[in-house]
Amino acid sequence: RKKLLPVHDSVEDDFELSTVCHRPEGLDKLQEQTKFTKKELQVLYRGFKNECPSGVVNEETFKTIYSKFFPQGDSGAYAHFLFEAFDTNKNGSVSFEDFVIGLSIILRGTINDRLNWAFNLYDLNKDGCITKEEMMDIMKSIYDMMGKYTYPCMQDEAPREHVESFFQKMDRNNDGVVTIDEFIESCQKDENIMQSMQLFDNVI
Amino acid sequence: MASGVAAWLPFARAAAIGWMPVANMPMPIAPTEKNKRADELIVLNVSGRRFETWRNTLDRYPDTLLGSSEKEFFYNEETKEYFFDRDADVFRAVLNFYRTGKLHYPRSECITSYDEELSFFGIIPEIIGDCCYEEYKDRRRENQERLMDDDEDKKDAKLPNMTFRETMWRAFENPHTSTMALVFYYVTGFFIAISVLTNVVETVPCGATPNTKEVTCGDRYTVAFFCMDTACVLIFTVEYLMRLFAAPSRYRFMRSVMSIIDVVAILPYYIGLVMTDNEDVSGAFVTLRVFRVFRIFKFSRHSQGLRILGYTLKSCASELGFLLFSLTMAIIIFATVMFYAEKGSTSSKFTSIPASFWYTIVTMTTLGYGDMVPKTIAGKIFGSICSLSGVLVIALPVPVIVSNFSRIYHQNQRADKRRAQKMQKARLARIRISKTGSSNAFLHSKRNGLFSEALELTSSIEEEQHLSKNQSLLESQHHHLLHCLEKTTNHEFADELCYEQSYLEGALQSYPSQSPSLSSQEGMTGTCCTRHTKRNHAPLPNSSIPTCALSHTHPHHNLQELSTIHIQPLNTSRSSLNMRVDEPARLNCQSGTITTAIISIPTPPATTPESDAHPPPPGPTLQNVVKVSAL
Repeated sequence: RKKLLPVHDSVEDDFELSTVCHRPEGLDKLQEQTKFTKKELQVLYRGFKNECPSGVVNEETFKTIYSKFFPQGDSGAYAHFLFEAFDTNKNGSVSFEDFVIGLSIILRGTINDRLNWAFNLYDLNKDGCITKEEMMDIMKSIYDMMGKYTYPCMQDEAPREHVESFFQKMDRNNDGVVTIDEFIESCQKDENIMQSMQLFDNVI
Repeated sequence: MASGVAAWLPFARAAAIGWMPVANMPMPIAPTEKNKRADELIVLNVSGRRFETWRNTLDRYPDTLLGSSEKEFFYNEETKEYFFDRDADVFRAVLNFYRTGKLHYPRSECITSYDEELSFFGIIPEIIGDCCYEEYKDRRRENQERLMDDDEDKKDAKLPNMTFRETMWRAFENPHTSTMALVFYYVTGFFIAISVLTNVVETVPCGATPNTKEVTCGDRYTVAFFCMDTACVLIFTVEYLMRLFAAPSRYRFMRSVMSIIDVVAILPYYIGLVMTDNEDVSGAFVTLRVFRVFRIFKFSRHSQGLRILGYTLKSCASELGFLLFSLTMAIIIFATVMFYAEKGSTSSKFTSIPASFWYTIVTMTTLGYGDMVPKTIAGKIFGSICSLSGVLVIALPVPVIVSNFSRIYHQNQRADKRRAQKMQKARLARIRISKTGSSNAFLHSKRNGLFSEALELTSSIEEEQHLSKNQSLLESQHHHLLHCLEKTTNHEFADELCYEQSYLEGALQSYPSQSPSLSSQEGMTGTCCTRHTKRNHAPLPNSSIPTCALSHTHPHHNLQELSTIHIQPLNTSRSSLNMRVDEPARLNCQSGTITTAIISIPTPPATTPESDAHPPPPGPTLQNVVKVSAL
């Protein structure tokens, strides 16, 4: 239920956002939609509301919060991709429902759900397949988070090489794109990936 | 880590799932919450006022009293609450810091009590938010000045065993410390007044003998005035020499303004002595006498107000400069205009532009002597404009100077600015250090975290607890996240020093390959600090040399990095070899294309495990390596 308080000046975007006060649906409804318990939802909401009193997160705040965890590198690009992945209704802001639904898939969903979510993250234009350019963007954003001071020194070709090896592994029919089926199939074959997808189960 | 967003750490960790399909290497084990308990409310009783908050809120800042185990000292078993015998009002601000991540300074609190509370709770004041920081700093500065003023009053206390010289200097600087000093103070003041008076009276015409013209007193009573002058100069010279003797730093004293005034006051007399009645220089001699008037400035030692006036003028230099500049501009403009306006009129006094300067100045300052007046109509019009604008131009900078004077009269502005700038730099430096500290904290604790993982594998619980108790759960989770990123990209975080060194080494590419000698090992350890464990400095001689080392690698003291195997693209001899998480720590060495070797050094007895107990299975290792080399 979005309650829009009167907006004085539509030109100022941040003013507009601060007058929008979003209240999430009831705890029960959220519990149905996600696989979190009531207590977990409470803890999540408290943290969410503390950082975003208006009830929604816009991309700038999202990037700021995420960058605090990666002091050495630049996490802006990856945070942007994450924001796109969480903002399912594409309205430029992530509400608590979006947030918690996304987290529910990642943390409590089946392996296939999680792989789907990851594919959705990589597929920037949401056309059902990952091209080399999209993967390159993603890879670069991940490498950017490392920052300048790494050991061994970061070579410029490192992301490209990584993308090549990724496509080698994932692209079964060598058509230059990775579809969702290829992706899921290749990941299921890789033990490491299977194991690491379950790494953060007990994060909440 | 910025703990204000500690609540978002679970989200950041969950978002790391985006790296998993991309990574080619296995990820480290996540730290588990050993005693996972549901978030509970704790009661903080501060002088009777009860505050309640979640335990997690306090855990956000583990290096403060409330966030660490230090608060257990204040736990009251019977009432099941934490009791602090401190100020409850200030505690509000402290607790809000945990809640919101911002520390505010309540203006109604005394600065010293606030500082005490902050230091009790282990919070550094530099993190006060920008909204309250200026106020805090202002109050602090005022307090320090007050303390300094108190100190200055105390400064007059006579220290035991002062040398004669020090006593003299103290007497000169603070006349009210001893009677002798006071006498000296008044005597010099009296003689300054006498000297100035003589200079003035010297020029008064007094009495004329009937058949000669009017003479000044100076010429009439030459001898008397000369004796007076000599006496004064003698006193001043003696005073100057005594000050010079007593000064703790003679060079600094000679450079100071007061001593220059002293010198300028007495120099004309001596120059006059040297130059006798030589007709050529007598003109110059007369002008030298003008300098005698500088003796009046010697009064500034006796008057605080005079000194402040001097400071004001010095500090208002820019405003005075602006005043002068604008006046000059206006004078030139109006003088030119008046000259050309009056050019036509006959017997005009405005003979040239410089001659018109005098008129302009006199008009603009509203003096209006009347010795030069415009006669033409145009001249009169411009003359009136000139006088009107003169009022404006002068009226503008003057209030600034006045306010400056009042400002300086209350505070010493210069020293404050300097001190404030120093504080600002220190504050920025501290914030920067804490920021790099968070990334350095990761680098340092990486090995500790890995060590604890090794211990987990070999299931020795005691060491595990011993190690991980030093790191809060939040920190360990954050470090695990950063570690996953390292795995994904197959690079490690390094700090600037190591980065530069590895950059240089990468450029060099030449190494002594076989030198497992102790000395070179020790030499190598200095080069990269991330490899250098802080904790267990097992001296190298105690360690066992690896059974096989093809190319020399960087030795680990006692700790193996357990997560990945790094392959150097270049044939450098330095590497750090790490183990897979799910395989026990073990010795390994191999040959071939991969120029790396693992050196495992048995840990000091306090922290047991591993390497010796587990002989290396070469099979999976090779496979492991091959897999990695596919990168």
